Amino acid sequence: MTGAQSLVRSLEEVGCEVVFGIPGGTILPAYDPLLDSTKVRHVLVRHEQGAGHAATGYAQATGKVGVCMATSGPGATNLVTPLADAHMDSIPVVAITGQQSRPLIGTDAFQEADITGITMPVTKHNMLVTDPAEIPQAIMEAFHLASTGRPGPVLVDIPKDVLQEKTTFSWPPEMKLPGYRPTTRPHGKQIREAAKLMCSAKQPVLYVGGGVLKAEATAELLELAELTGIPVVTTLMARGAFPDSHRQHVGMPGMHGTVTAVAAMQKADLLVALGARFDDRVTGQLSTFAPNAAVVHADIDPAEISKNRRADVPIVGDCKEVITELVDAVRTERASGSADLAPWWEQLDELRTTYPLGYDWPADGSLSPQYVIERIGEIAGPDAVYTAGVGQHQMWAAQFIRYEKPRSWLNSGGLGTMGFAVPAAMGAKMALPDAVVWCIDGDGCFQMTNQELATCAIENIPIKVAIINNGNLGMVRQWQNLFYSERYSNTDLGTHKHRIPDFKLLAEAMGCVGLRAESKDEVDKVIHQAMEINDRPVVIDFVVGADAQVWPMVAAGTGNDQIMAARDIRPLFDADELVADDATASTQMTRQA
Amino acid sequence: MTQRHTLSVLVEDKPGVLARVSGLFSRRGFNITSLAVGPTEHPGVSRMTIVVAVDEFPLEQVTKQLNKLVHVIKIVELEATASVQRELLLVKVRADPGVRSQVLEIVDLFRAKAVDVTPEALTIEATGTADKLGALLKNLEPFGIREMVQSGMVAVGRGPRSITAAAVR
Repeated sequence: MTGAQSLVRSLEEVGCEVVFGIPGGTILPAYDPLLDSTKVRHVLVRHEQGAGHAATGYAQATGKVGVCMATSGPGATNLVTPLADAHMDSIPVVAITGQQSRPLIGTDAFQEADITGITMPVTKHNMLVTDPAEIPQAIMEAFHLASTGRPGPVLVDIPKDVLQEKTTFSWPPEMKLPGYRPTTRPHGKQIREAAKLMCSAKQPVLYVGGGVLKAEATAELLELAELTGIPVVTTLMARGAFPDSHRQHVGMPGMHGTVTAVAAMQKADLLVALGARFDDRVTGQLSTFAPNAAVVHADIDPAEISKNRRADVPIVGDCKEVITELVDAVRTERASGSADLAPWWEQLDELRTTYPLGYDWPADGSLSPQYVIERIGEIAGPDAVYTAGVGQHQMWAAQFIRYEKPRSWLNSGGLGTMGFAVPAAMGAKMALPDAVVWCIDGDGCFQMTNQELATCAIENIPIKVAIINNGNLGMVRQWQNLFYSERYSNTDLGTHKHRIPDFKLLAEAMGCVGLRAESKDEVDKVIHQAMEINDRPVVIDFVVGADAQVWPMVAAGTGNDQIMAARDIRPLFDADELVADDATASTQMTRQA
Repeated sequence: MTQRHTLSVLVEDKPGVLARVSGLFSRRGFNITSLAVGPTEHPGVSRMTIVVAVDEFPLEQVTKQLNKLVHVIKIVELEATASVQRELLLVKVRADPGVRSQVLEIVDLFRAKAVDVTPEALTIEATGTADKLGALLKNLEPFGIREMVQSGMVAVGRGPRSITAAAVR
């Protein structure tokens, strides 16, 4: 058989069901046997970035490896953004790219790009296959690397003549990865040490990150939380890892987290970080983050531990094994007593009551974006899968939709990739055809990758898209409002002023149903309408107020103690430290610009 | 305080491995002081000796990141006192018959060797620690150094233990 046939057979053998991609010159040989495969379905996307994010959405929704394919040169370079995105968020993705034939490599041949060189810093690993006999091994290793340890993207670059050459195929190939030995089993002594701290701490917090979802450890987390009674915060990457409705859930931490979650971490005497990485969006100014907390840090990646915040108890291991062992160790430890958390909960409950998440309706009478998102969440419910782009709508979707289940919230956390939502929703819907998939997008994000709606319409992938259309690059506009004296430089997209594009017409042009809502009373109606349509993608243009802002907020570069619950409202964290009147609060914000 | 650290890195002998390793340093703004790569007693396994001037904490982070590279098998930091560290120097010195004997006397003192001789110049080969080679160069400078080339440092731990034995099976 040919190298190309060997490639397709290998993909079948590793259990790949869907490939998102676009053919082109050098990957052409691979597309021929793909036509005959009954096990691998290929989805022809409109732009390779869409293929990459679709593979990511597929992987995030299921935990399985998402696969994308592209030709050499521009096809491959268009994958760079989604690969960097998957790298930052630790998503198992395998990208297969065509490469110029071996004799032409390095000659600046047509559509040649050194894609292994280019993607080196944004992939977990990549390889250039120079012998067709190595294709099965390369594919097996790529899937293994992508999905084990700390997951991540792996790129396999295959020259055209390697795909064309005759070779033999045998499965399974032998994997040779002497330098790859992820530690999954935590150290017993560290577990006992952590359990001891968890039972003696008076103000502990479980700081839950995306690693808990990746390790499929949500049931174990629930057990640990309920056993200890410790409050839980779920990061942007971990929304859904712990039910929002649970009494012990105090919200999302970070720049736009709940006051209670942020305060809980600031006041904590113990942070138990599980699959979280102390990202700057969570910690704010590192030097003032959780000043009194001892840190237990569990992560499968040893390089994450003590990277940003020094860990007192480092635990390297898979979160599922870590949490399972913590449950046992805590049980043993609790036999000899544990601290009373009632006073801690009293403090947190007071904060929860005083500073619940909320929003005001725009003063100009326009539609509230938060209301729209809240209603989508209420009508579609916790069984739906939600994707988001990046910006205000993303933060509101993280805040105002109640997540109860793992893998129901897919977004671009680390890289912050605008345009993520539509293709990711497409990938999620391919993975879970029976699930309702809502793409919450902004009008800016939507205009970056909406061409994949044509793919969805043609390939029968009926996703539902809510464009939270505020006519602007909303988050940037919010910063301009707060920190640049309301000088709105290049953030007005004209989608309000000129209604260009008309999203309803655009949706219809791409074979979708186009709907629009501009007032409160239309909101439920269009959402229900969209819920009824399952034979085509639906796009709703929600025309919302341009001035709505995301609150609470910790301004970039400031400490988490400076959190503003809403404009001009700074909760009193330490009554003796400051008197927060409106004037000091607002000048503080302006100064931090 | 920023000080020099010597890392011995066992890697799979694969294309691109040098770029992966050096990329990790440059991405964090660290300058590699010296780097030497060569084969080991195990086929398919190369050994890099990397000298880098960096603080303790960032070094730990780089070492952890290096360990994540699939082609990196093992990393050991070699302390100067517990290892033998050597560099190789080839230096071409102006040495006409009038001063040649003086140059050769220095060469002898440093237990170096003359490896090429012409009426105008001597090429000298020397091995040793960076300090020793620095001292040699200082002594040769007055005669006029026409050209010099120096290898990266290679180093091996003192004593009977081997860093490759356990890592490579």
